[in-house]
Amino acid sequence: MTDTATEPSRETSLKGSRGGAAGDKVFSGLALAAGIIILLVLAFVAVFLVIEALPALWPTVFSEQDSIESADTFWQYVWPLMAGTLIASIIAIIIATPVAIGIALYISHYAPRSIATPVGYVIDLLAAIPSVVFGAWGMSVLAGAMVPIYGWLHDYLGWIPLFGGSASTTGRTLLTSAVVLAVMILPIITSLCREIFLQTPKLHEEAALALGSTRWEMIKMTVFPFARAGIISSIMLGLGRALGETMAVTLVLSGGPFSWSLISSGANQTIPSEIALNFPEAFGMRQSELIAAGLMLFIITLVVNMLARWIVSRHKEFSGAN
Amino acid sequence: MTTTKDTVQQRAPQTGRKKNSLTAGQMPRWTWIAVLAGALVVAAGITALLGGGGFSWVGWLIIAAVLYVLGMYATTSVLENRRRATDGFWRNLVWAAFILALIPLVSVIWAVIANGLPTLIETPQLLWRDMKGVTGADDIATQAEGATLAGGFLHGLVGTLMITLLATIISVPIGLLTSIYLVEYGRGGWFSRAIVFFVDVMTGIPSIVAGLFAFAVVQVVITTFIGDGPRQLQMVKMGLTAAIALSVLMIPVVVRSTEEMLRVVPNELREASYALGVRKWRTIFKVVLPTAMSGIASGVTLAIARVTGETAPILVTAGFIATTNWNPFDGWMTALPVYIYRQLINPTAPAAGDPSMERAWAAALVLIVIVMLLNLIARIIAKAFAPKKTGR
Repeated sequence: MTDTATEPSRETSLKGSRGGAAGDKVFSGLALAAGIIILLVLAFVAVFLVIEALPALWPTVFSEQDSIESADTFWQYVWPLMAGTLIASIIAIIIATPVAIGIALYISHYAPRSIATPVGYVIDLLAAIPSVVFGAWGMSVLAGAMVPIYGWLHDYLGWIPLFGGSASTTGRTLLTSAVVLAVMILPIITSLCREIFLQTPKLHEEAALALGSTRWEMIKMTVFPFARAGIISSIMLGLGRALGETMAVTLVLSGGPFSWSLISSGANQTIPSEIALNFPEAFGMRQSELIAAGLMLFIITLVVNMLARWIVSRHKEFSGAN
Repeated sequence: MTTTKDTVQQRAPQTGRKKNSLTAGQMPRWTWIAVLAGALVVAAGITALLGGGGFSWVGWLIIAAVLYVLGMYATTSVLENRRRATDGFWRNLVWAAFILALIPLVSVIWAVIANGLPTLIETPQLLWRDMKGVTGADDIATQAEGATLAGGFLHGLVGTLMITLLATIISVPIGLLTSIYLVEYGRGGWFSRAIVFFVDVMTGIPSIVAGLFAFAVVQVVITTFIGDGPRQLQMVKMGLTAAIALSVLMIPVVVRSTEEMLRVVPNELREASYALGVRKWRTIFKVVLPTAMSGIASGVTLAIARVTGETAPILVTAGFIATTNWNPFDGWMTALPVYIYRQLINPTAPAAGDPSMERAWAAALVLIVIVMLLNLIARIIAKAFAPKKTGR
């Protein structure tokens, strides 16, 4: 009878509410079923992608053809795409992380309160803008603005393979896509970091200040050690978003085969963009190839996200990153 | 303590502000203005020298900003000390990060308004016409002779409405029930921990993979139960498939926000209800959910706002047509983001791309307004219908 306080059992319930007992069972069953559906959906995502991708992964076994259409083997087809995806996302992370941490610090420790709240809203606003709008902006505004920069990079730093090749005259390159991606993941990293910075124990901060440290020394001594795991995991989550972002890259990049040069048009391609460009018209083997490429993307983002969650859960006890 | 205070107060009038022991060793307050002015002047000189004939405003501002940050560091380390200088250096960098992030935001919003608003004011018919019967010839006429812009994006609005509605109908019950399970029934068992973990993982599924998943599921279902002729393969692309794709993206958002809201509901309310002999499911329906309703509603609205802007999953699942289709269970559908994408990448008249660009920007403006309105509504719901914390 001890659990009557939290869960009234049949004996204590009033007469006439026997229908309620059935309701209890039905409702808890429904809630459980919803949870199971979510797990099933995730399993289905993997299973169905594999089923549809099999003809491209092992053409000799699962299809009537000897090889896939776009290349001799699937790996030959997919590695340039994976390389392009990873390069664009990593550049985006390199650009976005310092700025995002800066803004998060600005909101949490530098700005006066009357400014910090509206800035937080503005950052959320940036997160709400649809990706296709960012793509349109990158294509018609940013790409043009990047052309002189590419010319400069090509003239003075052309000996680095990344800036070799011929400089683009339209600006529709992998580097421009990476900049658009950086703008898009900025609000994600910022809002996660801001949450964690704000959770730094006030006593630690005040102790540091009382010892005579400047504001920067206080941040270095108390905020960063406390937030390290959270920062890393927010970067990983941003990376996951950048890897899967489609429209910005599809609209900005004029793609092609793999190349080390980041500032040429007609070079490099990413997995999501390849799928978006070709899937609507694809059928048969080509469709399988694209779904298999999507499977690769799914696996990469899954690993990145799980790593991020694992880092957070490992540091849960002594950091605010949960 | 009193003695030091006295000495300061006595000395102050005699020796003036400079030797006040509280501000001794500090730079004058106007230092930053002086350094800023110096940086601007020097940067103007450098830009003029480097730029040859032309003068680049952007280059000038960038060089001035770099000079200012370095100049402040040097000045502070000479006039004060290195620790203060480092502090000021990082403070300047943090401010720079903030200003740097504002540039793309302002630029994006300006681009959309400057390109979209004139078109929308000039031809508001875009809002209630679709692209039925619009050919390249119309666009060439528009560009060459200034005829009114043909076509519109009613079909995109209808598609977005129907697909989002269907996705909401699928994902809200599942998301709501799951979070109820997590908070009220699961109680931190291994199964609820597994759900939390996989919901987090689901948040990270790339949107295009969600689209491929929905496509693969519907294709497998249709080829197994209906047949795999060309007509059946055509059937795979419809509004429902897109709605399934969006649900995969929407469910985790709904679960996380609802779970958070349910956890905030005070346990005393539940216990008071149990003490009156009310059953658990009625307690959840009559006490827990109404208390958390404002938070749940605002979370759901935010989730809708998120999927409204999604392009990639709809692109691969719903096809693309020029006419208005109200039936999400049969035939291809166009959503507003897909319409923008298509107009940008395949203009109606490849030789005369401007009218397509104008339609795309006008549609982008409408899309942003819809998404921002949804965000605003979510905030208003959260504020206005929040449960009272006192006075009960």
